[in-house]
Amino acid sequence: MIEVDKTNFEDEVLKAEGLVVVDFWSPKCEPCKELMPHVAKLAEKYQGKAKFCKLDTAANRRLAISQKVLGLPTIAFYKNGEKVAELTQEVTVEDVEAKLNELV
Amino acid sequence: MSELYDIIIVGGGPAGLAAGIYGSRSRLKTVILQKGSPGGQAATTEELENYPGFPRGTKGPELMKAMADHAISFGTEILNEEVVDLDLDGEIKVVKTRSGKEYQSKIVILAPGASPRTLNIKGEQEFRGKGVSYCATCDADFFEDLDVVVVGNGDAAIEEAIYLTKFAETVTIIVIHDEGILDCNKVSAEKAFANPKIKWVWNSVLEEIQGDGIVERVLIKNIKTGEISELETNGVFFFVGTVPNTEFLKGKVKLDDRGYIITNDKMETSVPGVYAAGDARVKYLRQVITAASDGAIAAFAAEKYLAEEETFKEQVLKAEKPVMVAFWSPQVEESIAAIAKLESIAGKFGESVKLVKVDTYRNQRVASRYGIKEIPSLLLFNRGEAIAKIAGSLNEEMIVPYLNALITTE
Ligand SMILES: Cc1cc2nc3c(=O)[nH]c(=O)nc-3n(C[C@H](O)[C@H](O)[C@H](O)COP(=O)(O)OP(=O)(O)OC[C@H]3O[C@@H](n4cnc5c(N)ncnc54)[C@H](O)[C@@H]3O)c2cc1C
Repeated sequence: MIEVDKTNFEDEVLKAEGLVVVDFWSPKCEPCKELMPHVAKLAEKYQGKAKFCKLDTAANRRLAISQKVLGLPTIAFYKNGEKVAELTQEVTVEDVEAKLNELV
Repeated sequence: MSELYDIIIVGGGPAGLAAGIYGSRSRLKTVILQKGSPGGQAATTEELENYPGFPRGTKGPELMKAMADHAISFGTEILNEEVVDLDLDGEIKVVKTRSGKEYQSKIVILAPGASPRTLNIKGEQEFRGKGVSYCATCDADFFEDLDVVVVGNGDAAIEEAIYLTKFAETVTIIVIHDEGILDCNKVSAEKAFANPKIKWVWNSVLEEIQGDGIVERVLIKNIKTGEISELETNGVFFFVGTVPNTEFLKGKVKLDDRGYIITNDKMETSVPGVYAAGDARVKYLRQVITAASDGAIAAFAAEKYLAEEETFKEQVLKAEKPVMVAFWSPQVEESIAAIAKLESIAGKFGESVKLVKVDTYRNQRVASRYGIKEIPSLLLFNRGEAIAKIAGSLNEEMIVPYLNALITTE
């Protein structure tokens, strides 16, 4: 998974072509840390079909809010730079994969 | 199907973790099935109050991590599984999880806790995770230098509001009561009143949450005047009580009309071998200390249950020869005399008949399973089956013919 922050979010996500999945998390969010390894496995499984990024919201609060993310965990799906879907709170890896299959 | 556990605990909050500590410390094979990481609600509060020995400043996540480590150190397994269905009727209980796995055990301890209550205010669902939150620890840092609203005025609401002031610019608490009246404890109330970042809106309820993609403002209704006012805010935190996580238990164990599990003071539910602990059961005080206490009692009672069942099985159900099971109680004089009589009868038959005494004062379960209502009573077992019941005063003339018949048919 690519670590994104305010310096590269634009290039990696908003200007990217195809499907990009962004895992919004923070070091304090226990459910986020629980979910992340499962999302990382999806990143391997869907290599070439979607790009996977993670964003630490504690260090990039303004960026998170600009993406209208105000709760964790949030998994956002971007297609050609535009947010097309989002899962937030009580997210399971099964939900993420189902959404992925819908979008790839 | 999994290997057979002694105890399956559903839920890894303080109740489930305490049960795990007691269970595995008694060398019972114990597993906790917990959706996501353990810790429960207690891990969602940064400022944990009231747990003895851990004064102000103890952090919920840290205390819960310590409890989980404690349980694991004695051999409790903690698995990330969400329980979706249970089959509790048999002697071996089957627990099914969302991942499709099935676990089996002799005992089930239900400790699924509770979740934040929602008010279903307009916008509440829509802005969940978009400024609407039920967990300050999880989301507080988003609101650094921003303005938030807190709904509720009990212990959790006021304590979490104080915590939020470490991040937010202002924390506006909406209180349904008259000015100065809060449902929380006095210490927290005084602390909150002295906090310059906290603002109060009295006699009011939250009417609606509005925004474009994220929370931007709320409508507040004064219940005395009916007047509706608008307040710009970035977040809304709800702390208005909890509801038990017992949807999946409907029809499995007895619940009260609000969905809480009904237990006795040994934490036994309506189903033998199934116990409940913590916030999910009917109780007076829902705190970490009482959750842990419930868990300890449940696991201890479960251990006694297993030992009693095991003994009964070995001595009665698996016995090769006829067994007289005498139900007595130290409080019933007549039953003490009956025991003496039975002992002498058993003596006459020597090795060919066995006498097993069940003290119904300590163990009512076996008695009620076999429908014993009177003390003393006698049950005759042959090859694991109850073949005759004699209630009330026992005399030799009634019993001996039975035993003779059993022995001669051998
Ligand atoms: C904001 C807040 C602040 C609080 N502050 C304090 C305080 O300062 N001091 C204090 O003493 N108490 C406090 N409490 C109360 C305390 O947290 C609870 O009383 C306590 O956590 C209850 O413990 P429990 O184990 O019964 O349930 P919970 O803590 O609710 O844990 C239950 C666990 O079971 C899991 N679960 C539920 N259903 C399933 C299922 N089907 N399958 C698998 N797992 C499942 C849940 O995910 C959860 O982790 C607070 C509560 C809140 C909400």
